[in-house]
Amino acid sequence: MPAGADLPRIDGLDKLAGRAAYVDDLPTPGAWHGATVRSSVPRGKIRDIHFDPAFDWNDITIVDHRDIPGPNQLKLIDVDQPVLAAGEVRHKHEPILLLAHPSVHKLRDALRAIRVDVEPLPAILDPAAPLTPDLIQYKSDNVLKHIDIRQGDPGPVFARAAHIIEGEYVTGSQEHVYLETQGMLAQWQDGRLTVRGSMQCPYYVLDALTHLFGRSRDAFRVIQSPVGGGFGGKEEYPSLLAIHAALLAEKSGAPVKMIYDRQEDMAVTTKRHPSRTRHRTALDKDGRLLAMEIDVLLDGGAYVTLSPVVLSRGCIHAAGPYFCENIHIRGEARLTNSPPYGAFRGFGAPQTIFAIERHMDVIAARIGIDPVELRRRNLVRTGQPLATGQIYKEPTDLPALMDRALDLAQYKARTQSHAEFNKSHPFLRRGIGFATFHHGAGFTGGGETYLASEVWIEGKPDGTVELQTAQTDMGQGTTTILTQVVAERLGIPTEQVRVATPDTSRVPNSGPTVASRTAMVVGKLIEQACDDLLHQLGRKSGDPEISDDIRRHASLPGKSLVGRAKYQKPASIQWDDKTYRGDAYATYSWATYVADVEVDLRTCRVRVTDFVALQEVGRVLNTTLATGQIAGGVVQGIGWALYENVVLEDGAMKNCQMTNYVIPSAGDLPPIRVVFEERPSHWGPGGAKGIGELPMDGPAPAIVNAISRAVTTTINEIPVTPELLLKATEGRGHG
Amino acid sequence: MRDDPPSSPSRREFLQTTAGTAAAAAIAGSVGGPVVATAGAGVTTADGPRIEGAVPITLRINGKDRKLRVDPRTTLLDCIRETVDLTGTKKGCDHGQCGACTVHVNGRRVNSCLSFAVMHEGEEITTIEGIGGPDSLHPMQAAFVACDGYQCGYCTSGQIMSAVALLKEPCGADDAAVKELMSGNICRCGAYLNIVSAIQQVRRKA
Amino acid sequence: MQVHRPYTLHDALALMAATPTPTPIAGGTDLLVSWHHKPKEKLALLDLSQLGGELAAMRLTADTLELGALTTYWDVIASPEVSRAFPLLAEAARQVGAMQIQTRGTWAGNIGNGSPAADGVPVLMAYDATVVLQSTRGRREVQLDGYYTGYKKTVRLPDELIVAIQIPRRTRKAEWFEKVGARAAQTITKVGVAVVNDEKGWRVVANSVAPYVCRCRNLESALQKGQKFKSPEEIRDILKNDIAPINDMRSTAAYRETVLSRVLFYRLADKA
Repeated sequence: MPAGADLPRIDGLDKLAGRAAYVDDLPTPGAWHGATVRSSVPRGKIRDIHFDPAFDWNDITIVDHRDIPGPNQLKLIDVDQPVLAAGEVRHKHEPILLLAHPSVHKLRDALRAIRVDVEPLPAILDPAAPLTPDLIQYKSDNVLKHIDIRQGDPGPVFARAAHIIEGEYVTGSQEHVYLETQGMLAQWQDGRLTVRGSMQCPYYVLDALTHLFGRSRDAFRVIQSPVGGGFGGKEEYPSLLAIHAALLAEKSGAPVKMIYDRQEDMAVTTKRHPSRTRHRTALDKDGRLLAMEIDVLLDGGAYVTLSPVVLSRGCIHAAGPYFCENIHIRGEARLTNSPPYGAFRGFGAPQTIFAIERHMDVIAARIGIDPVELRRRNLVRTGQPLATGQIYKEPTDLPALMDRALDLAQYKARTQSHAEFNKSHPFLRRGIGFATFHHGAGFTGGGETYLASEVWIEGKPDGTVELQTAQTDMGQGTTTILTQVVAERLGIPTEQVRVATPDTSRVPNSGPTVASRTAMVVGKLIEQACDDLLHQLGRKSGDPEISDDIRRHASLPGKSLVGRAKYQKPASIQWDDKTYRGDAYATYSWATYVADVEVDLRTCRVRVTDFVALQEVGRVLNTTLATGQIAGGVVQGIGWALYENVVLEDGAMKNCQMTNYVIPSAGDLPPIRVVFEERPSHWGPGGAKGIGELPMDGPAPAIVNAISRAVTTTINEIPVTPELLLKATEGRGHG
Repeated sequence: MRDDPPSSPSRREFLQTTAGTAAAAAIAGSVGGPVVATAGAGVTTADGPRIEGAVPITLRINGKDRKLRVDPRTTLLDCIRETVDLTGTKKGCDHGQCGACTVHVNGRRVNSCLSFAVMHEGEEITTIEGIGGPDSLHPMQAAFVACDGYQCGYCTSGQIMSAVALLKEPCGADDAAVKELMSGNICRCGAYLNIVSAIQQVRRKA
Repeated sequence: MQVHRPYTLHDALALMAATPTPTPIAGGTDLLVSWHHKPKEKLALLDLSQLGGELAAMRLTADTLELGALTTYWDVIASPEVSRAFPLLAEAARQVGAMQIQTRGTWAGNIGNGSPAADGVPVLMAYDATVVLQSTRGRREVQLDGYYTGYKKTVRLPDELIVAIQIPRRTRKAEWFEKVGARAAQTITKVGVAVVNDEKGWRVVANSVAPYVCRCRNLESALQKGQKFKSPEEIRDILKNDIAPINDMRSTAAYRETVLSRVLFYRLADKA
């Protein structure tokens, strides 16, 4: 079956029949359960750990920081985060001790029999709060990362601008709520510490284990089990959980399973970075952007983790898909004593895109120009630079893309009919809004060069080929589309392609499954590995003899048949990490999303009543899967915009239940019309580009633009909970 | 500065330790019906091979009678997953808030995390494994394939159990009615609209 | 932990008279939500699900609806007769959690749990329901609107079981129910209100705006006098003496008070 022909999900039947074995489903005779003793305060010195002498501790395995064989560091971008707090805790719920026991019930009793005395230290819970010396915990100023992106010289332009418009935009955190909570199983097997679990990046986990135990890579084996949703939440956190399970397994000598319950998962794991973005924009009298000053502030939480790269992607997208000669984007991720914030679908871009797309509507309203016209005048065109100086060379006419989306949504007609409706209804108000945006595919800047990803395709004696990558399928359909890519490139039926389970003992490091990079970057490498295999066989794609050749070559004693490819930076991509100038991404996906909403002024509840998601993502590899992934991203975007409110107490999430942290249910959704404009790109396999994160970017600004129009009030903050909308509309009457 | 943690025993020592605790659990006498279940503190339960302080029950699961010993604290969900070893039923929240653990009890759908196994003596329980396998898909499972009604698959068992039960419930003809009746099954991948399509496809054919 | 499973009401009442008093459990949909975090050693449960018979029955007569203590939300939804006679019961039932909760959750359990956000209680109280309590010492009837005395505090004595709920059939001039939650379904009430106007007068019952589900008696008497309202603020001023909403992680006191008065205003003005 060729690509584009909608191969059904390869992992589908097992999932539908309840047979896919997620980590907590694995048969593990003799496994112990692991649990974590955590800090109850946001910051403090550990004074004493008291074990109730009345409790029988004999058969409980207890691990603290002294049991760590190597450096007590979680290896990510920096190594500032301990895996078990030693003398000081930096956030509420920070892990201090680990316990294991065969019985869950005794383990729970043991947790209750431990008291950690912590002397509280002053904590900083708001990244914008003024700093006093006693609050400094990272370098000299708590700034985890600072970024400047400069183009032209905005300063002097403001003096001659016809309009100067300012705005401040705030986005809340967001919890992943993958339906499968985090879980890891660690055990000694064949002389190696073997870790199985729910993860997006097996090689991140391997690197973290290697660093912490101070042993070679061969001492470990990391195997991905089916992942019940990731959305970024299983990018970096699984490294910590894997280490915890491995430490307990090593000390107890038993297999140890650590499966978080929902409450613990919500309370302690990473979430989307809360943000505050300020815009100051100069425009000429016709609404052309003359200069943009953008200030991005992310709350990074207590340790560096991935905040620098989240900030980077956020800043690069902060000026939107617009042409402006003079730009200064200034970004900071600052430390607070919250549990570290982390990767979440979109990775900083949804935050800054919310800001710019709301700001465009604010500008339009302020200077009295149609928001469609304002964007039409400023969307980037061929030959013009984006904020980092990257020249727009893509085949897509962005104003035309926008117009098509607006037509699909009957934007003009609905704008009029809503105005009529709003005049006549006692308490319902309707509005339509949209956002035009883009999302870079793959790692930022030199990231892909640094990763140097590798993929292998091995011919098997039965004539099939096995694709070996570290790419994980967490529902986005990786296994299925990569199978299609191999089948199409080799010209063989999809039935002859197998995809290896990511297992660091037998697949190469093809990089993490993040950053909308799998289909495009890894997919392209797979094409090259296929070509290498064909070259070794002396065959062309589709030759009928391929299978027989594979069978023959692979059966030769002592021989193996493996096609290989390794990432090499295309010469045309230029990026300077010091100045943040150049090609931030090989390419981008482009989109316009349109939302129709109805606001009930009695309850201040907002209902999204219709949604159009139009995007250009290169060639679509599998329309069914791509449509599902886009629609799913829109649902998460609707959640982030309207429902998902992380309530913090002492810097940590307080509403840790699925009734108190509310994500959309079936009943909350409008029809979602997903439409693709296909323009094959030469960066990805068969012309594909990345799509995973894109749909997270557009819904929030489109929806809030629609709400602001419906209630004729400027709303610059999400989530737009009914409580927030009540405050924003108070005193304005409602009948 | 801190109490030294008591030294941990080896796995072998542990087995010896627990062997001695078996006598600690007792079955209490009954005032009412025949089944009175009791478990003491710290007694090993369904999560270990030896089930002490457990009570015998018979559950009829997927048409088969299962004679089990379960700790009375065991939820129906944990019993199905850990004692009966049918892991197709998933634990998403353990609080009745996500629907991943949906099973049928006497033909009606329930959250299996919200009742104790011992409360289901003699009742007819159906799990995803009793609905259909890869080679014998229930029409609802087939419709989920056709409509791509799932992504990560973790909520899928619960969605299908709800969808199959819905076929026999009073439900309006339109999508809105289906959405309302499916609202107890949360899908974070956001496959909702495809799930609704799958259900409507089966209802149209029925 | 103990689980008692009596087969007869007689045995159940005997167990309730024992020490320590067990906690009655029917559907388990409230009780098991929080049970994980409670120490289990002293927990004793009385599983009522085997009782059946009278306790599981609904009886609709010319002047009364009696819901046995084991009547579930589903039982009401699935009964066209009961739904027709008391439409608000069916309407509220369909908004309790989701179907998986409705099939097991019981009306009596909802009363017994005593949550201020209980979804089944406002409509029962608006229909002027009576709670039937029984113990080895005998049987007594208590008006539902006098059942609560504080947050999770009720007039039920430790050894008493709720065995039935009785609702009088009356001619009604108006009846409606509205639940406001964080999403369309599977949601805990932020503000809810049930209103009935029958031959005995107006009853306005709100939930999630006080320590327990309560009647808004000041508003009821204003309605009784035939007062017409020109704005939601007028209603809010009256409600100030009826309700005591709080800020919690689900909503704010201001939201609850404002939304309750707005919902009432538009409904009473017949605009919604």
